[in-house]
Amino acid sequence: MNTKRKGLMTMKVEQISVFLENKPGTLQQATRVLKDANINIRTLSVAETANFGILRLIVNDVEKANTVLKDSGFQVSKTPVVAVEVPDRPGGLHSVMEAVSKEGINVEYVYAFVEKSGENAVIIFRFDNPEKAIDVLMKNDFTVVPGKKLYEF
Amino acid sequence: MFYNEEFETLPREALKALQLKRLQQVMQRVYHTVGFYKKSFDAAKIKPSDIKTLGDLKKLPFVTRNDMRDNYPYGLFSVPMSSIVRLHASSGSSGGSTVFGYTKRDIETWSDLVARCLVAAGLTKNDIIHNAFSYGLFTGGLGLHYGAEKIDASVIPMSGGNAKRQVSILKDFGPTAICCTPSYALHLAQEAAAMGVDIKAFTLRVGILGAEPWSRAMREEIEKVFEITALDIYGLSEVIGPGVAMECIEAHNGMHIFEDHFIVETIDPQTGEVLAEGEEGELVFTTLTKEANPLIRYRSGDISRLIKEPCRCGRSHIKMDRVLKRSDDMLVISGTNIFPSQIETILVEIKGLEPCYQLIVDKAGALDSLELQVEVSDKIFSDSGSVKELQKIEQRIVKDMLDYLGVEPRVKLVGPNTLSKAGDKVIDKRRT
Repeated sequence: MNTKRKGLMTMKVEQISVFLENKPGTLQQATRVLKDANINIRTLSVAETANFGILRLIVNDVEKANTVLKDSGFQVSKTPVVAVEVPDRPGGLHSVMEAVSKEGINVEYVYAFVEKSGENAVIIFRFDNPEKAIDVLMKNDFTVVPGKKLYEF
Repeated sequence: MFYNEEFETLPREALKALQLKRLQQVMQRVYHTVGFYKKSFDAAKIKPSDIKTLGDLKKLPFVTRNDMRDNYPYGLFSVPMSSIVRLHASSGSSGGSTVFGYTKRDIETWSDLVARCLVAAGLTKNDIIHNAFSYGLFTGGLGLHYGAEKIDASVIPMSGGNAKRQVSILKDFGPTAICCTPSYALHLAQEAAAMGVDIKAFTLRVGILGAEPWSRAMREEIEKVFEITALDIYGLSEVIGPGVAMECIEAHNGMHIFEDHFIVETIDPQTGEVLAEGEEGELVFTTLTKEANPLIRYRSGDISRLIKEPCRCGRSHIKMDRVLKRSDDMLVISGTNIFPSQIETILVEIKGLEPCYQLIVDKAGALDSLELQVEVSDKIFSDSGSVKELQKIEQRIVKDMLDYLGVEPRVKLVGPNTLSKAGDKVIDKRRT
């Protein structure tokens, strides 16, 4: 692995995706498992369809969250996402979108990080090609927040 | 009223003699033309010439649905393909389906039998028959159609679906009889009510309903809402299609099995032992006149009982009671027969799916509703974890079920290990 590629890899953020059956109490079960394991949820979003949902989490301890959720019978997968600092002003998000769309990169979904990084908002992106996206964003002078930093924010 | 008075009222002794003669003939024919029968009779050490009385029938081995599947598609045909003029088939993917062939004469026989059914329901050439059984590989649509033409009635080849259009046609065309499944009849009644159409003003007089089990209470409801006489028709594609047995309008109680064409036995589904006439058991049919694929002792899987008391209509043929239940796990969903094993076949064909499922059958209004719960396995989820991929799988399951089995389930993906592996694959909430 060359150094540039390795650099890109560490820039990625690992998101935990949890399959949620569409029935009362499923989300609560997942949050209890995390609480019991003393895992801090940094941010989350829930994608829902008529029949099921997927809980997307950024946590302080990815490996532990993965293990405890699996052990409790959840279907879990790790998905690479990218955290980008976006200037907190009109057109901030648009500038990011412009940069990636010019390069033909698709955004599958987006959600916000709870805390700010200085004066900037942090947005989580799921790109169809995360590595290329990181490359493009860095070339355009955006600040990509590495996973390690984000987990401990 | 009779379509074929001579044969329908044949004294029982003469009927038995005719059955024996025809049985001996069909035995010779299948033994010499169908490898499957030669092998199975040889294994049972029986020669066609050993059949001296009707009682000897019970020495013969049964034919099961598995035998039909093993010989898919044409292995049980006793005539060359050049003599076959029609093919029908059950639902299912390759290997899960069964195929039924008809010679020109079989179509003639079948049409005559359905004509008998329609006349037994009091219909004549002056009637307009709204046929809402599905046309196609399913035998219901074309079976009723040919019978209706045979008696020179006017037939509306409506087929299934398009409930609103069905209601308009029932209202405008003035049919006097309707043919469909009992649950579809009730569905049409509800649809008409929703459209503000008064079905009591329809010209309908009689309903010829079948292709699914139905209760006496359901019959009463249909008769009340439509103000018609609802009659039960029985048939199975393996044997010929609709027209194996029909309820006469005179007695309105039990279906006459056309015994000049079929021999019926009742057996204990566990032991295979022949039961006395009148005892509840699985119906077993032998076709006496079918040319293309004759069946000797075919286990229908339908549980019922025979009614041997003479009927006031004058038909000498024995009657069967409504089908009470199945001896196997076959489900009848809106008139379509499906087996849980067929669902399993579909699920394992879909990449990444494991056949860990549960089927929940219920009623949504008058119609059957189907929910298929499938467990999300590691394989499906760990690669993607994406909504899109999971939805793709959901859509694929619905499409394959519809394509192969002709039923459209609501698919619900559920968490891992939530469906017990040993538990019931099927929960049928329709009958409580």
